[in-house]
Amino acid sequence: MHSVQKSNLTSSKGTRFMGALLLLGVPTLVIFAFFLSPEDDNMKDAVRLLYVHVPMAIFAYVAVIMTGIGSGFYLWKKSRWWDTVAHASAEIGLIFCGLVLITGSIWGRPTWNTWWEWGDVRLVTTLVLFLMLLGYLALRQVPANPEIRAKRASIVGIITAINIPIINRSVEWWENNTLHQKSSLTDGKLENLTLFTLFLGLILTGVCYLWLMTHRFRVGWLQTEIENEGAMGVLQERIAESAASSTNPIIKEDGEGEVR
Amino acid sequence: MSHLGYLLAGWIIVFGVVTIYAWRLIQKGKALSSQVPEHRQRWMSSSQDT
Repeated sequence: MHSVQKSNLTSSKGTRFMGALLLLGVPTLVIFAFFLSPEDDNMKDAVRLLYVHVPMAIFAYVAVIMTGIGSGFYLWKKSRWWDTVAHASAEIGLIFCGLVLITGSIWGRPTWNTWWEWGDVRLVTTLVLFLMLLGYLALRQVPANPEIRAKRASIVGIITAINIPIINRSVEWWENNTLHQKSSLTDGKLENLTLFTLFLGLILTGVCYLWLMTHRFRVGWLQTEIENEGAMGVLQERIAESAASSTNPIIKEDGEGEVR
Repeated sequence: MSHLGYLLAGWIIVFGVVTIYAWRLIQKGKALSSQVPEHRQRWMSSSQDT
């Protein structure tokens, strides 16, 4: 990780660069999405929602895969670094996944004439992913020994990541049970400015993921440092108490002093 | 422009949620990093091992 000038910040040169890129890039994306790119023949202007929906979906996948990788490495190396990566990525994955569900639902209303379709495999598997990520983060809040907690979370993290290929392939495997179209990027129907705007959205969402990931990792690292410091403090108190009791008389219940 | 309400709702929700989350993350980072000495903030030095 890069150095920072002030110690009371989680930012660095890298995150500031990414932040500046986002501040310039987002207005550019809005201009392309709303004013320069054409409407779609079938979807009309609703296509403009795909410039945020598709990149969010792809980076929700990336975030969950990263959680799976971090979890796997934690179980293998027992490294706190990988556990922090998995945790950070899961939180961002949850937010992105939630936004995918919301933007998908908003897009579905004018396009399919429905907000939600329970029979649709893509929608339901994405909802399952969201709930699994929620479960992963809830599990991390359960009080336990940090190593046990990380181990439990890693197992759930890996299981959650297994859901990704199922969601991704669901529109092909169960094509009769979905309203959802196949991949907008690979079906070859998008071209020129529409494709360019989608790629711009992808790049900016990628930068946004990296920016959030860096900050969230550092916050996670600091939380563990404070947690460890608290645990060390308690341990030192116990050691001090133990040392004191070995040299001082202990008052028994009946009030008589006893020297051990 | 057709479906303008849906478009605005979608975009505002996305940027609103991400901006609020990013803001909270920065604030949390500020608060936490003031409690941890510099040498224990891993990104301060790449030579420090986990």
